[in-house]
Amino acid sequence: MASVFEYAPAPESRSIVDIAPSYGLFIDGEFVEAAEGKVFKTVSPSTEEVLAEIAQAGEADVDRAVKAARKAFEKWSALPGSERAKYLFRIARIIQERARELAVLETLDNGKPIKETRDADLPLVAAHFFYYAGWADKLEHAGFGRNPKPLGVAGQVIPWNFPLLMLAWKIAPALATGNTVVLKPAETTPLSALFFADICRQAGLPKGVVNILPGYGDTGAAIVAHPDVDKVAFTGSTAVGKEIARTVAGTRKKVTLELGGKGANIVFDDAPIDQAVEGIVNGIFFNQGQVCCAGSRLLVQESIQEELLESLKRRLSTLRLGDPLDKNTDIGAINSEEQLTRITSLVEQGEAEGAERWSPACEIPTAGYWFAPTLFTNVTQAHTVARDEIFGPVLSVLTFRTPDEAVAKANNTAYGLSAGIWTEKGSRILAVANKLRAGVVWSNTFNKFDPTSPFGGYKESGFGREGGRHGLEAYLAPSSPEGER
Amino acid sequence: MSTVDKNGKTERAERLSVFKTYKLYVGGKFPRSESGRVYEVADSKGNWLANVPLSSRKDARDAVVAARKAFGSWSGATAYNRGQILYRIAEMLEGRREQYVREVADAEGLSKSKAAAVVDATIDRWVWYAGWTDKIAQVVGGGNPVAGPYFNLSSPEPTGVVAVLAPQESSFLGLVSVLAPVIATGNTAIVVASERSPLPALSLGEVLATSDLPGGVVNVLSGRTAEITTPLAAHQDVNAIDLAGADDVLAKELEIAAADNLKRVLRPQPVDYSAAPGIDRMTAFLETKTVWHPTGSLGASGSSY
Repeated sequence: MASVFEYAPAPESRSIVDIAPSYGLFIDGEFVEAAEGKVFKTVSPSTEEVLAEIAQAGEADVDRAVKAARKAFEKWSALPGSERAKYLFRIARIIQERARELAVLETLDNGKPIKETRDADLPLVAAHFFYYAGWADKLEHAGFGRNPKPLGVAGQVIPWNFPLLMLAWKIAPALATGNTVVLKPAETTPLSALFFADICRQAGLPKGVVNILPGYGDTGAAIVAHPDVDKVAFTGSTAVGKEIARTVAGTRKKVTLELGGKGANIVFDDAPIDQAVEGIVNGIFFNQGQVCCAGSRLLVQESIQEELLESLKRRLSTLRLGDPLDKNTDIGAINSEEQLTRITSLVEQGEAEGAERWSPACEIPTAGYWFAPTLFTNVTQAHTVARDEIFGPVLSVLTFRTPDEAVAKANNTAYGLSAGIWTEKGSRILAVANKLRAGVVWSNTFNKFDPTSPFGGYKESGFGREGGRHGLEAYLAPSSPEGER
Repeated sequence: MSTVDKNGKTERAERLSVFKTYKLYVGGKFPRSESGRVYEVADSKGNWLANVPLSSRKDARDAVVAARKAFGSWSGATAYNRGQILYRIAEMLEGRREQYVREVADAEGLSKSKAAAVVDATIDRWVWYAGWTDKIAQVVGGGNPVAGPYFNLSSPEPTGVVAVLAPQESSFLGLVSVLAPVIATGNTAIVVASERSPLPALSLGEVLATSDLPGGVVNVLSGRTAEITTPLAAHQDVNAIDLAGADDVLAKELEIAAADNLKRVLRPQPVDYSAAPGIDRMTAFLETKTVWHPTGSLGASGSSY
């Protein structure tokens, strides 16, 4: 569809951020080479340009980092909460000061639109540090016993879809509660975590409190398995989550897992259609659909299916795909070639199984990893595209007739992370929300996040909650009635 | 019983007591093990007490089916109603106090007075949990001050079907200490009784059956702990497992099996069951659901609602 509006390019300048040709590991307050000398390259998914060469942490490096974190733990955990709070407030402030630099960096390394890094990721990153900073000196009021104690060294493994935000979700509560951390960013998006190391230095954070070890899955596995790691926090795929659960079995390690999802976005016949369409778009095309809580299954009441799909298709035709640094871009690049291959293969499987594929007319750049926004109709619950997490801009549309059927279909998944409800009827919202087996339910909105709000899944979407008062529990030792153990 | 002999003298003969056939408690009924097997339970001095069912994998699976079937209505009952039913169970326990004193004394080799103290503590613990059903949501849930035109509420919800390995040593107080928190919060349970001392657990089934507790909310199995719990830990329709009654080797095995569908696992830990419990055993089997909704409050544009 030819657009009424032709936007002039509005690229954000990348000159604000200096990317060094190479980066080391951040251990005990210093950037160091990997013991085995291995390196890997991180590329910009929108251009395939090599951005930097990154040291790849091996087992010896993990051991060094854990030792540094253990040493730092003694002093860090003994600090008065009010002092730890001030460090976290400093970090939050520096993030705000350097928000533009970090937003550009994140867009370059991840491929997501600058609109999202600037307006969603970075404000939330700062807000998480602010929120948990305030908890550091109030832990005895958090409801986890009278004398809450940190666990020790937290091993944290985070994904590539929200590199800096996931770091904030992990590091802020860990530090507020007096733990020290060894964190592995994803191999495709290590840069913002390494810039965060520099923020720790600017904030004067004691050495060893935060250690950053870029690497692949084996680096993460080494962190999880390290005998001196007391707590494991992971966000990523359900398959890896299960592997981690097996690894920590029989140990004292406390573990939280934020895993996959196949969120149902349920639209009833009385829903405000235009708002629902915006919510559906936001639910599945935000961050190119690379979101664990994405509303990847649209459940629409049969009577409004035609009207809704027509509006939805019209809206999708206005989405702008292209240069993520352009401020008008809605859909950026897929994070990696590997992820693009996975999306492509699942979509082909969807077609082969008989689901009907549709995408708006969409120009795809020649370099980089791209996937056009895609709809599947004629989808049944048995279809792979209705069951498997695609983690891309692909929406499967199913229909229902009654609220009970909507609930049954929404819950018919191994996952239980998120769901959406669109209806003008308040009692229906509450009744349906009550029956959905999901950790987050958005009604008449979708994909909203806030540091004060616990987030996490039911069933195979993992266990534990991040965010809010609940998020502190993952980093505190179990309480005893006397408040000491 | 007395009889009169030919000389007109009254003679008191020892009355033969009526034994009880101990049975499982599954889906509100009292089946024998489908395997037809039993094993001998002795008191602490080695004297035979009873033959109790030696449950099979099939019994464990049947119990899961019963627990799943009961989950919808039990988790959907009002918290007040659950509290009423739990309190009713305490009333029934009180009425059977003497029986439990005897069973606990036999099982744990305690004097009558010590066993009585344990039973009293157990009943009191049950009452304590009965009072939690309509309070836990207020303590661990709440509204979150979102920075935007939304309100959201976090509420705890039961995680589902929970397999509970009752502690081996504390046959009654330990049993109730691990079972009550699971069902108080709306989960349904499959309890594997103490392998050596299952009688108080099997008798508890009789109390539950007469206390308005819907069948299937609690299912009690007796037998070899490792044999019954292995299929429970691997079962795809069990959502959580409390490993209190497992030794370290079994606990590790079960935790690995539980990873297959990411069951919530509560690891065994040293617990003094006589001390006041915290709320950890309840929160271990709760999920937190956060529901968001726009508030329609006026935004910067002034164009809302």
